[in-house]
Amino acid sequence: MIATFIQNLFNALQWGSFYSLIALGYTLVYGVLTLINFAHGDIFMVGAYIAFFVATFFLGTALLAEGGWVVLALTIPLTMILTAFVGVTLERIAYRPLRRKGANRLYVVITALMCGLILENGNLALLGASRKSFPELVDKVVFSIGPVSLTNLKVAVVFSAIAVFFLLQFIVTKTQIGMAMRAISYDKFAVPLMGIPIDTIIVFTFILGSSMAGLAGLLFALSYPILDPFMGALIGWKAFIAAVVGGIGDIRGAFLGGFLLGFVEILVVAFFPSTFRDLIAFSILLIILSVKPTGLFGVAKTTKI
Amino acid sequence: MNRTLSAETTGESTAAVSEASSAPTGPRLLEIQHLTQRFGGLCAVSDFNAAFEGGELRGLIGPNGAGKTTVFNLVSGFYKPTEGALILKGKNIAGMKPHQVTGMGIARTFQNIRLWNDMTVLDNIRISQHYQLGYTIWGSLFRSRNYMAAEERIRKKALDILEALDLARFADEVPKNLPYGIQRKVEIARALSIDPDLLLLDEPAAGLNSRDVQELIQLIRWIHKEFDVTIWMIEHQMTVVMSLCSWIQVLDFGVTIAEGTPEEIQNNPAVIKAYLGDENI
Amino acid sequence: MQRLTVPVLLAILFFVLVGMSYYDLLDLYIQSVIMFVGINIILGSSLNIVNGYMGEFACGHAAFMAIGAYISSVINVMLFTQDRIFGAPLLPPEMSLYFFPFVLLIGGFGAAIAGLLVAIPSFKTRGDYLAIITIAANFIVTSTIINMDTIGGSRGFMGMKQITFAMEDVIFLPWMLIWVILSTYFTVWVIYRYVSSTYGKGIIAIHQDEVAAEIMSVNTNKMKLVAFMISSGLAGLAGGLFAHILGYINPGSFGILKSTEALVIVYLGGMGSLSGSILAAILFTLLLEGLRFVLPWMSSGLHWFDGVFYWADLIPEGYQVSQVWKWVIIPLILVLLMQFRPEGILGNKELSDLFPRLRRWYSFK
Repeated sequence: MIATFIQNLFNALQWGSFYSLIALGYTLVYGVLTLINFAHGDIFMVGAYIAFFVATFFLGTALLAEGGWVVLALTIPLTMILTAFVGVTLERIAYRPLRRKGANRLYVVITALMCGLILENGNLALLGASRKSFPELVDKVVFSIGPVSLTNLKVAVVFSAIAVFFLLQFIVTKTQIGMAMRAISYDKFAVPLMGIPIDTIIVFTFILGSSMAGLAGLLFALSYPILDPFMGALIGWKAFIAAVVGGIGDIRGAFLGGFLLGFVEILVVAFFPSTFRDLIAFSILLIILSVKPTGLFGVAKTTKI
Repeated sequence: MNRTLSAETTGESTAAVSEASSAPTGPRLLEIQHLTQRFGGLCAVSDFNAAFEGGELRGLIGPNGAGKTTVFNLVSGFYKPTEGALILKGKNIAGMKPHQVTGMGIARTFQNIRLWNDMTVLDNIRISQHYQLGYTIWGSLFRSRNYMAAEERIRKKALDILEALDLARFADEVPKNLPYGIQRKVEIARALSIDPDLLLLDEPAAGLNSRDVQELIQLIRWIHKEFDVTIWMIEHQMTVVMSLCSWIQVLDFGVTIAEGTPEEIQNNPAVIKAYLGDENI
Repeated sequence: MQRLTVPVLLAILFFVLVGMSYYDLLDLYIQSVIMFVGINIILGSSLNIVNGYMGEFACGHAAFMAIGAYISSVINVMLFTQDRIFGAPLLPPEMSLYFFPFVLLIGGFGAAIAGLLVAIPSFKTRGDYLAIITIAANFIVTSTIINMDTIGGSRGFMGMKQITFAMEDVIFLPWMLIWVILSTYFTVWVIYRYVSSTYGKGIIAIHQDEVAAEIMSVNTNKMKLVAFMISSGLAGLAGGLFAHILGYINPGSFGILKSTEALVIVYLGGMGSLSGSILAAILFTLLLEGLRFVLPWMSSGLHWFDGVFYWADLIPEGYQVSQVWKWVIIPLILVLLMQFRPEGILGNKELSDLFPRLRRWYSFK
């Protein structure tokens, strides 16, 4: 019994890591722009596909002789950079013009929603409906601690999520640029007046968020090698809700929210038929939101009249 | 009763309006007892007390952040008081929702004008009649005779109020196109259309130039008489307060530091200190 | 006399469309396009109540459509048809004609109850939070249906075509067209009457300043409740019609894509403009159908240059511009709309504001 529980615990940690990584991206952008980047889940999907093409490309070259590890080592940074590029492009062409005009936030949110759909369906239209299979780069090594088994991949995923969290936490709290990011979330108008280049900060935020999503995409593709254009949609929505439940705008909230969701889902699947997984997960999240609408770490905003 | 405000109103200068002399019948209009409001660790209002018989024109003053608007928010139902009782015509209204409190006869205006900017002035007034629409969703769908009568009544009432305050020509304008002084008047008209027993004015003179302020003083005086309504106002401009109010309460950091007639307040050292700071700096 | 002009025009339109369909002057495809226009009008204008007039951001409208669709379909199939799941009809099939409007309304009513559940969180939250709640609600509804195997689960539910046949057996008329047109008129009538009354204007006040509305005696919670219920009830009505036109429904048709269609119609037409939603629904449906023809032309166009220009050879041999591109083009339209004309076609004005002479015929505000 305990063994199953611990096994499920580790599975939950791994599953939750993906949500965490994506939720962190959502929360970074929300914290800085008060924008829910609905396209973020699809950036995760784009990251997975980029990883696929990069890895396949490298595997076709002489590097294959060096072994899968080298390919992986090259794929990781390249994926992150390219995915960040996609995210920044999105910001430049879709969000920035609206920001310049001072458009109502609603319009930006709708744009984000639509960009997500364009990414999904554009992928489907360009690459076709046949699913891509991610190549195996590294041999799976299974560790057994008693009756509980882990793979090196699972450990790597969890480790990455934790590492990313600490990295982001460091950047946001201890660096100048992180301070600027936090400043923007408090008062967008005062920041440029203080000589801080707001556009640069925003681009930096998108780079951070998108590269993390790209990393998540790569790790996901390694763990579950079948890719399809809509993989980002559902995971994205759920990661977003996890970020909100944790308290959107707060990195710790996103991190914990992602794991919370992972736990909920794994536990649900352990006891109920798997078709109930989404239903119960969403319901639990809604319940949490109705009890504490600003999320676990969120700060309530009062209207002043 | 002819309520039109004509251009040459009675030119009363700075003489204050006297307190209502007739003895009140029935329960007091409003009793505020030991009103306290805490937000987390901050005590915004502390043991505030007041009693209105009905018919007064009173003032609530104090430096910025003293808690004056919080008192208004409590009275109009926007906040639920941490402690204390608010008794309106014998009923405790603490904790009632704002729209219910309004239905019971308390209307207010806001520090920053809160008109509905994309609706006509006429619509702005019509909507404040929600407390006594007299029909439900079915009425508006089937346009029963009841509905038609009610809508006609609402429309007429809105136009009447606008006429009375000399705003009828703006009925089809949207507030964002109107000058600030007119917007203030519209907001007051909207509050008056509820037929309130108690009218709360939150800094009505804010942002007005000196000519508008004089007009406002006359307007408030006229409203007080014509509409037979109790007026309680928060104001920073002393000309307004001193010329209109018969009784003033002074708040500082949520605590009532003085109350009395304008003369008493003007000479009260605690008040002077709160506004101007200590002599011995 | 003036006030009667619009109803007369609408009646004429009704008889023209029905008559032409009956005499086969309009082929079945065009009939179905007209019906989808009607459904989209209902869908768009009902969402406009909440997203346009009341200024909220509800993203899960398809959920209510699904509820209405399933409730009315199940009731109809159960009562009037021979079905694998429910067995013999409980009532003579001919009676389905007389019961049809009621069954649709029951579906709408069920959806309205669901709308109540979504309205309650809206009391305390706005904007982004409501978006999440409604999206989650959309997923929850579709997930629940997938898990209900008695009504087909993810495989879907069918049998509604038999209802259409049963109705035609009584009197041979294009019944679904009739019901759609009547429902569309009904919807527009309800919404118009609702928002032009002082009662309905309360929701516009909530949009522009909720605090002021509450303090000026508008019972904001009740207003929101009523608005959500009317909005989702009408969506349920649209769902019921949708189900009976197609004859087959499955949870997949009521997901986030359907909700997005509704959002497109609302923002394309203009938030808070009833005539805007109607125009946008017509435009949108025609655009969608038009793409069905245009895309294959684009495909052949792409391949004309095979072998002529080298870049054309980069496009794979058998590549067809598929219908999936529809779902790239539609969001793209909305993105461009947000960039260049975010208020939509009519903004928050009605047709009668742009063409004041129309006021002679009917009063809109």
